[in-house]
Amino acid sequence: MSFINYASREINCKIVYYGPGLGGKTTNLQYVYERTNPQNKGQLISLATETDRTLFFDFLPLDLGSVRGFRTRFHLYTVPGQVFYDASRKLILKGVDGVIFVADSQEARMDANLESLDNLKHNLHENGFDLAVIPYALQFNKRDLPSAVAYDVLLRALQIKGEPTFEAVAPKGIGVFETLKAVAKQVLHELSKK
Amino acid sequence: MTMFGSNLIMYEEEFDRINAVLSRLWMDANAKLVFLVDKNGQQIAAKGDLDKVDATSLASLTAGNVAATDGLAKLIGEKEFSILFHEGERDNIHISIVGQRLILVLIFDERSSLGLVRLRVRKAAAELEEVLTQMASKAAEQGEAPASPFAEITDEDIDALFTE
Repeated sequence: MSFINYASREINCKIVYYGPGLGGKTTNLQYVYERTNPQNKGQLISLATETDRTLFFDFLPLDLGSVRGFRTRFHLYTVPGQVFYDASRKLILKGVDGVIFVADSQEARMDANLESLDNLKHNLHENGFDLAVIPYALQFNKRDLPSAVAYDVLLRALQIKGEPTFEAVAPKGIGVFETLKAVAKQVLHELSKK
Repeated sequence: MTMFGSNLIMYEEEFDRINAVLSRLWMDANAKLVFLVDKNGQQIAAKGDLDKVDATSLASLTAGNVAATDGLAKLIGEKEFSILFHEGERDNIHISIVGQRLILVLIFDERSSLGLVRLRVRKAAAELEEVLTQMASKAAEQGEAPASPFAEITDEDIDALFTE
C-alpha cells in the first residue's frame, strides 16, 4: 500500500522480489544497492542465515528523485525463497505495490519456478491482492548458464498476463534495473488512477 | 495532510496532534527516541534524537518484527501480542500496537525504566487511538479521498526518475 505524505511531499512504494530459492532475488537487490548513488539509497538490510540464505527478508530503501514535486521512494524487499519459509513470505507481501518474479532459467529449477509462482498467487490472494491486476514483471535470471532453458519455453511456462519480461544475469547487472524500472512504472501509473 | 491505507487520511490537524502526543511521551517517559510507524513499515512521525539512527531501517525492521510476532500470536490462537520489549545492555526498545494499525516504538536507556515507559505508553496510546478514530470518522464523512497528485503523471515523468 503506497503511502503519500502530503506534509513532507513524499511518496513511498513497496516492491517485493519473489521467486524460488537461490534464484537471485538478493543478488538483484545487491546489484541495485551497489549501483545506486550513496545519497539515493539507505542501508541494505539482510536478515539471512549463517550460510547467506535469506531468512526473513532483505530490505533496500531507494530514493528515485522527484515526480511532480513529490520525493519518490521505493522500498525494495525480497522474500525467503525456500519452501518452508512460507509464513514469512506471506507477511512480506502485506501492503505490496508491485511484484518482481525472479525465475531461475535452469531446466532443473522449472518445477521450483512453477511452484513459487503458484505460491505467489496464493499468498497475494491471502493478503487481498490479485496477481492478475497488481503491477508485475517477470525476470528470467541466470541466462548465462549453459543449462538455461530457451526463452520461448520459459515465456510459455511462466508468463501469466502479458507482463513485461526480462532476461537477466543478476551478478553482472544485466536486466536488473530494466526489471525494476518496469514495475516502478506500473506502480506509479496505478497511483495516477487513484 | 497524509494518507495511509485507502480510507484513512491524515490532515494537518491530526498530524499536529500526533506530534504533540509523541513529544509529551518522549519527555514524560524520559525516552531517547519515540516514533510511530504503520504496520507496513512506513514512518509516520518521530520525536527525539533521530540523527543517530537509521530511521527507515528501524521502521521497516519494526514492522517486520511486529508482523512476525503477529504470526506467532495467530499460531497459538491469540489475537495479537500488543507489547514487545527488547532489552539490551544499554538501550531498550518498547514496541506497542496502537489501534490495530499503528506501531508505537520507544527507545530508552537507564535514565528511564520499563515501568515508567509502560505507564506513559498506555496513556499516549489511548490518545493516539482517539486521533485515529477521529480520522476514520472524518474520512467517512467526507467520502472520496482527494485526487492523487499523480493523476496527471506522464511516461516522461517516470522515465526521468531513472535517468542518472
